[in-house]
Amino acid sequence: MSQVNAQRGLSSRQETAPPTGRRQLSDMRIVQLFILPTIILLILMNIFPLIYSLFLSFTNYSVISSDPPVWVGLDNYTHILSDPDFWHNFATTGTYALLSVSLQTIVGFALAMLLRSKFAGSGIITTLVLVPMMLSPIVVAVFWRLIFNPSYGILNPILGFTDINTSPEWLGDPALALWAIVIVDVWQWSPFVMLLCLAGLSAIPEYLYEAAAIDRASVWFQFRRITLPQVMPLLLIAVLFRTIEAFKQFDLVQGLTFGGPGDATETVSVELYRLAFQGQFETGLSSALAYIVLVVIVAISNLYIRALNRLREG
Amino acid sequence: MSDVRLENISKRFGDTLALEGISLHIHDDEFFVLLGPTGAGKTTTLRVIAGLEKQDDGHVYLDDRLMDGAQPADRDVAFVFQQYSLYPNMSVYDNLAFPLRSPLRRLPEGEIRQRVTGAAEKLRITHLLERKTARLSGGEMQRVSIGRAIVRQPRIFLMDEPLSNLDAKLRESLRVELKHLQKTQGSTTLFVTHDQIEALTMADRIAVLDQGKIIQNGTPFDIYDRPATTFVAQMVGTPRINLIAAEWQDGAYRTPGAALSFARQNGAAAEKVLVGVRPEDVRPGAGDFRGEVMLVEPLGVETILHIRTGEITLLCVVSGLSSIQLGEVLSFGFAVERLHFFDMNGRRL
Repeated sequence: MSQVNAQRGLSSRQETAPPTGRRQLSDMRIVQLFILPTIILLILMNIFPLIYSLFLSFTNYSVISSDPPVWVGLDNYTHILSDPDFWHNFATTGTYALLSVSLQTIVGFALAMLLRSKFAGSGIITTLVLVPMMLSPIVVAVFWRLIFNPSYGILNPILGFTDINTSPEWLGDPALALWAIVIVDVWQWSPFVMLLCLAGLSAIPEYLYEAAAIDRASVWFQFRRITLPQVMPLLLIAVLFRTIEAFKQFDLVQGLTFGGPGDATETVSVELYRLAFQGQFETGLSSALAYIVLVVIVAISNLYIRALNRLREG
Repeated sequence: MSDVRLENISKRFGDTLALEGISLHIHDDEFFVLLGPTGAGKTTTLRVIAGLEKQDDGHVYLDDRLMDGAQPADRDVAFVFQQYSLYPNMSVYDNLAFPLRSPLRRLPEGEIRQRVTGAAEKLRITHLLERKTARLSGGEMQRVSIGRAIVRQPRIFLMDEPLSNLDAKLRESLRVELKHLQKTQGSTTLFVTHDQIEALTMADRIAVLDQGKIIQNGTPFDIYDRPATTFVAQMVGTPRINLIAAEWQDGAYRTPGAALSFARQNGAAAEKVLVGVRPEDVRPGAGDFRGEVMLVEPLGVETILHIRTGEITLLCVVSGLSSIQLGEVLSFGFAVERLHFFDMNGRRL
């Protein structure tokens, strides 16, 4: 009975389905309708600015001037690449990236090794370790400015410096300021490296270690031959993300030192911000600088991705 | 000389008793098989011997030396895991050389090369030596795992279902190779499996394990021909043994649902018994009983007949392809000297 009904229902639906307005939309058209808004948004917000800024990087344009952009060819690029001040910015950024990424990798990996084995409270401790990652960089910067403060900050007493006259001025000393930013960044982002490493570590099957134990492998050998190679792909991804972030470092610097003292912590991003939105609003020159940063980041990312692919191929 | 002795081993995991008073003695050069269903405690026994698991009670002796507190590395055993436990990112050669390169051994590289190529030749994986392990097939991986065990001369090879992840054909050929290898090398081996064919074909001796206890311990002949319990009888042999409940009546064991009768044999004095008849011991063609053929399964080398008599369906194996047709009513008998009598609790009478 129900079968008959179903059949009848089917045929009547076929008969009584005239081409209504909604029916006329082909699948292709529906696809287009769904994708179109995204594409328009992408073009307006990403692709147009990208191309326009590439154009601007070859002009002397400034957003606050009423003059139209004038084509100056490669002048902006030659200016940046021949100016020692810019090279200083790049060197600062590079040093910062190297220090903070390598420290985060070491600390993050060590934390992952510690939290790898399950013990009472390991779950809650893992969650707590992740908290810094969830904070806004500006909030972090403001708090650490208080922590670093030479007269009432808590860091110096913890480190054993009780005399205000001899204790280090973390943010005021050109030799220490970059380290201060590195410390804060490591504090905030080591948990991220730890998280990815934990994922990698938990994927290593226990029987590999058991086989190694029976094969009389030393602990170091087990670490180098089993643990490290298995975690490496995820570790590299963490390092890639952190490197890209390090090259873009802006908010922590802005919140902690504003690039000071002098130009000791002036990263490329900070300099870029100043060129583009302070003083002369040199839009053309800053676009050129932004493109140089882009090329550097793409190049470095490519190196990592190649290393990653080599690892995957085994 | 290698000689493994377990004395009263017990092991608990939380509330479950995994092993209960396991005692075993594996002699030099012996191929010993632990047979049992999943969860019987076979792997746990192996891991206790290897030192990967610590027993709660009892003692492990290797070559008469008490090993209860010894680390896995100090026990000088080789372990082949069910999963192919190869070290990733290393070539086959490096995998095979791994146990020899241990800082505790300090072998010269020349001897390592000699032993690795020797093992590779035995397992026919010489052409794979330079390959990375990720690019091997399942059978090749398990060969390498076995190779990693035979490069050194351990006291005993512990093999935890090494063939169960392979397809049927590969399993068969590797089974033959393993047995050959064991006989030519004279290596003492403890082999764990749930596959009765593997156990019967490879073992010098078999211990049947169920729920953490050893049910029977003997040669494949003993296990097959004199099963200690109905559990063992059902565990080995395909198709399965026929178990028929029978009662003592008028001078013979008779079945309530069918007109079958069995003469009393060597001391089977119980009122009610379970009679075990191996399918090959059901002889169609001649005999005192009649039944109808319900199903014919031709396998080429033999044919399985399902014969129904009364309420009982008996499995019967005849060799070759049989001309017996479905629905045919035939007479059959039993090889009376080969019947097995068990009490109602399953113990052999």
